[in-house]
Amino acid sequence: MKNDNTINGTSNFATEQSQIFSREPIKKVEGVAAVIDIENIDTDQIIPAEYLKITNKEGLGEHLFSNWRYSGNSNSGRSANPDFVLNKTETKNAEILITGENLGCGSSREHAPWALLDFGIKVVISSSIADIFRNNAVKNGLMPIVIDKAEHQFLLQQNAKVIAVDLVSQKILVDRKIINFEIEPFARYCFLNGMDQLDFLFSQETLISNFESRQAQYI
Amino acid sequence: MTKKTLFEKVWEAHIVSPESKETPAVLYIDTHLIHEVTSPQAFNMLREKGLKVRRPDRTFATMDHSTPTTKPNEKGEYEFSGEKEKNQVEQLKKNCREFGISLFELGDKRQGIVHVVGPEQGITQPGKTIVCGDSHTSTHGAFGALAFGIGTSEVGYTFATQCIPQRKPKTMGVKVVGKLNSGVSAKDLILAIIAKIGIGGATGHVIEYFGEAIKNMSMDERMTICNMSIEAGARAGMIAPDQITFDYLQGRPYAPKGDAWQRAVADWSELFTDLGAEFDSLVEIDAGQVKPMITYGTNPEMAIPVTEVIPENAPKHALNYMGFASKESLIGKNIDVVFIGSCTNSRLSDLKDAARIFNGNQVAPGVRALIVPGSHEVKEQAENEGLDQIFIKAGAEWREPGCSMCLGMNGDIIQPGQICVSTSNRNFEGRQGPGGRTLLASPATAAASAVAGKVVDPVKYTEKVANEWQGEVA
Ligand code: SF4
Repeated sequence: MKNDNTINGTSNFATEQSQIFSREPIKKVEGVAAVIDIENIDTDQIIPAEYLKITNKEGLGEHLFSNWRYSGNSNSGRSANPDFVLNKTETKNAEILITGENLGCGSSREHAPWALLDFGIKVVISSSIADIFRNNAVKNGLMPIVIDKAEHQFLLQQNAKVIAVDLVSQKILVDRKIINFEIEPFARYCFLNGMDQLDFLFSQETLISNFESRQAQYI
Repeated sequence: MTKKTLFEKVWEAHIVSPESKETPAVLYIDTHLIHEVTSPQAFNMLREKGLKVRRPDRTFATMDHSTPTTKPNEKGEYEFSGEKEKNQVEQLKKNCREFGISLFELGDKRQGIVHVVGPEQGITQPGKTIVCGDSHTSTHGAFGALAFGIGTSEVGYTFATQCIPQRKPKTMGVKVVGKLNSGVSAKDLILAIIAKIGIGGATGHVIEYFGEAIKNMSMDERMTICNMSIEAGARAGMIAPDQITFDYLQGRPYAPKGDAWQRAVADWSELFTDLGAEFDSLVEIDAGQVKPMITYGTNPEMAIPVTEVIPENAPKHALNYMGFASKESLIGKNIDVVFIGSCTNSRLSDLKDAARIFNGNQVAPGVRALIVPGSHEVKEQAENEGLDQIFIKAGAEWREPGCSMCLGMNGDIIQPGQICVSTSNRNFEGRQGPGGRTLLASPATAAASAVAGKVVDPVKYTEKVANEWQGEVA
């Protein structure tokens, strides 16, 4: 039966690589971590609606966390808020962002991961990450890492430290301490091989066409 | 036979290839809704890669987020709040033309908020998989569809393949026993549910709402419930379709007709959770205990009955932002703005709830009240019933359809520090304008607060005449 082939097909897919649309493979990120110890950071905070008026993806890093990062507004002139972690000398070049639980709740705007990446953040770590934000992150090469609560408490204390996140071994190394994490296997495969998920969908073309021809007429 | 939940029935019917350890399932998408904010980069991707929209016949576009809610000028031109907003709308027109997608554009009688328009046109149907680059796509689950928000990459995938890769979510049953008391609305119920589950409480889950109170609800009310599922972190919210659903859909422009209608209803009638099917988790709530709700903080879980005080353990950074203190009551707090609208509460029944209170009353001096119907169809129905005249006489602004002050992308914003009682769905910091403070509530609470100029208990309002009652609050 076709379906059995598919299971094999999709498993093989992970080794065969029929990549049409490639991106940079990412295996490991080592860099400074910035900590924002606030729970339920919503995507309206990551990038407010006034910056969604674009039709491309560029230039959003400048407005990342703008409500917290600046005083005043972009029209009448704004100034950097010196207390905000991404404005501080030791963390303004952070590549890893550690936040309180339930990061990225709220709107589906992919502008949130675009803004983080444009700023230079390559990994986000929390004890839980909202579904749509996590999905969006993966598709853009922003690594969403979920760790358990005890380890999370420890990481929330590691502001300005250099941290290594290794996707091959699924380990975080900080201060000679090792923290294990698990990332969804398909997302991991895509990161390690620089695969665009659209490739995977295109590999399913025959099955998609078959599905369409079976569907009820009134739909 | 194995017992299945409503979600499982719809999920399984759309699996193109099943999930394995290595790869997610490939889920077929029946209907793809798009709007101007989350689609342009996906269209750009198609152009860059030389791809087409696989099923333009299953893709529907409207414009709502960046659109003005003021009438066009004498020349028939829409006055946008800026060039960027205008450009986004122009891009959508151009993209839809280039890729052959139906667009309900400004000036079209079918234009409005995407989650109001889909159901109203009969595009939203039971058992369908529906996606949109918008988190409140959960609204459409009120019809027994599996509907969820996606990001722009997945908008692109859906354009190109009509599929998205998905891991099967978990299921959560929310059983609402008993009946809602009079004066308590669907909005109050969903705020109470979110307060109970928590803003991240349903992450990774699809919620199904059921029980007596849900059964008794109109489609408008069911949409209000499913709409805010995402505020508990859920992927989607669903309600099993029934006669109320079928009656709503019959005769709508995109609903099946004739024989196809009969076959559709027969299929849709199978869409319920089998007796004995299990949810991964179950929450029960007594509708009879629910009171009119209001939020005091910076996310929708921070909600309390309007008659109660802010909890002692309320998060500090939220109270700092709002300028409120724990153990304080919101009743009697002066307000600046009232917004009645958004995909949560901008349908005809919501406007009627508000009109009942505005009728013969005046918006308090110094308060701005903005009433924004969800679509042109809603607007027309409201005007046919004379609701617009009630609002205008009361001193409220009766606007053109759109998202408006729900997220303030079109110039409809509140000013820093202002307090807005809003029927929308998010009270995040700065959501309605930088520095603005949002109190989420039902249309009745919002309207009563507009008249009083301060936060009030809407139940009291309906019991007493406005003057006496205002005296009591003051
Ligand atoms: S009304 Fe608000 S929540 Fe609904 S789609 Fe528009 S912006 Fe989003």
